Amino acid sequence: MEATANTGTEGKVWGGGNQPLNASYGKMMMWFFILSDALTFSGFLVAYGFSRFKNIDTWPIADEVFTHVPFFHGNYPMYYVAFMTFILIMSSVTMVLAVDAGHKLQKTKVIWYMLLTVIGGLIFVGSQAWEWATFIKGDYGAIETRSGKILQFVDADDHKKRVAIGDIANPMAKEREQHQSKDGIWYMKESPLPSYEVKEVVSGFMENPNVLVRIEDINEKGEKIVLDRAASEAALKSGVEVVEGANLIHNEYGNRLFADFFFFITGFHGFHVFSGVVINIVIFLNVILGTYERRGHYEMVEKVGLYWHFVDLVWVFVFTFFYLV
Amino acid sequence: MAHEHKLAIFRGLLKFKNNVQKIWGVLVFLALVTAVEVALGIIKPASLTGTYVLGMKLLNWIFIILTLVKAYYIAWDFMHLRDEKPSLRRAVVWTGVFLILYLAFILLVEGNYIYDVMHNTFITWNF
Repeated sequence: MEATANTGTEGKVWGGGNQPLNASYGKMMMWFFILSDALTFSGFLVAYGFSRFKNIDTWPIADEVFTHVPFFHGNYPMYYVAFMTFILIMSSVTMVLAVDAGHKLQKTKVIWYMLLTVIGGLIFVGSQAWEWATFIKGDYGAIETRSGKILQFVDADDHKKRVAIGDIANPMAKEREQHQSKDGIWYMKESPLPSYEVKEVVSGFMENPNVLVRIEDINEKGEKIVLDRAASEAALKSGVEVVEGANLIHNEYGNRLFADFFFFITGFHGFHVFSGVVINIVIFLNVILGTYERRGHYEMVEKVGLYWHFVDLVWVFVFTFFYLV
Repeated sequence: MAHEHKLAIFRGLLKFKNNVQKIWGVLVFLALVTAVEVALGIIKPASLTGTYVLGMKLLNWIFIILTLVKAYYIAWDFMHLRDEKPSLRRAVVWTGVFLILYLAFILLVEGNYIYDVMHNTFITWNF
């Protein structure tokens, strides 16, 4: 680093000649960015905590929501997220190894470790996309009441066993079809109609004495409350909408804020991973081209490494507060 | 750039021969902690979910503490804060910790208060 103007302070602390923190300008700025980004993420997570504390007795239970693993059927809470966490930590490790090889100016090693890091990042982003798709598609479906509460269905003998609305609904003549642009001049966009109507589900429920309604509220043991038959029938009277899957407005898993925060926080984190992958690819190409070899040091690898580890660090917190706690 | 690496973790209890070895060692530790977290999350032992410490389930305290442990090793060894000057390390860590604790405290207390207000009101939220 050379001073551009002669101020007579070169070499002194304020002349910029030495580095009081023993970190170059670029690395300092990366730490600045990481700190501010950490505050952004903590803002999101704390906002999540706020909404959760506000609805503490009705919040969805995460391991009842995320129970799927690709290519496998059945109920596997948490395994897939744990796998994603491990992938991200693993790609963090290959990143440190790349930084370490960079310090020793071993170009080939840096290339291979960077490549592995990029692959790990891609697997993670892909997994997250799959998680989103599964979450949006939904599982069992539910009825939403006038006040926006979610009513789910369970087996009367085994309250742990959920019942899908498709299994109980009585198909009837549809009252209305989805409004499409070909149907009129006055066209207002409408989201796809759910596969069943409320009355179909309710009439099916009345004929199925083996099914009960599960509400959002949580009992002292931390489980969702299941209503008895009479209360279930009464509760269904206030049902106004069939909900399948989750989006920003409706959420079959429970409180809609849960889905909103899920999309927002994991989306923001996923975007960080995505941009991290892009930056890693740029650095990867630069290493192959020998840019840092000519420069004489691999500090750029170290700087993107810091960012990549930060993304991993954030995921550790998202994992805890979204899936575990 | 800090070229010298401090190769001991767990306050000097575990010393590694070189940096690469230390990285793998830290990975093993982080994987173990994650495995413990997931196992606890799936089993949810009744002794831990039934016990409350400072108004929160013991299990949740364990999760949060394990998370902070993981965060420490990611920051100290992967982001090599351990090898940086203490002044840089403190400027980064203390600023973050202070502001985040402050924000968390304010918003969680407020969320709890709003819950109480909505819960003890004459208005029903379920109609």
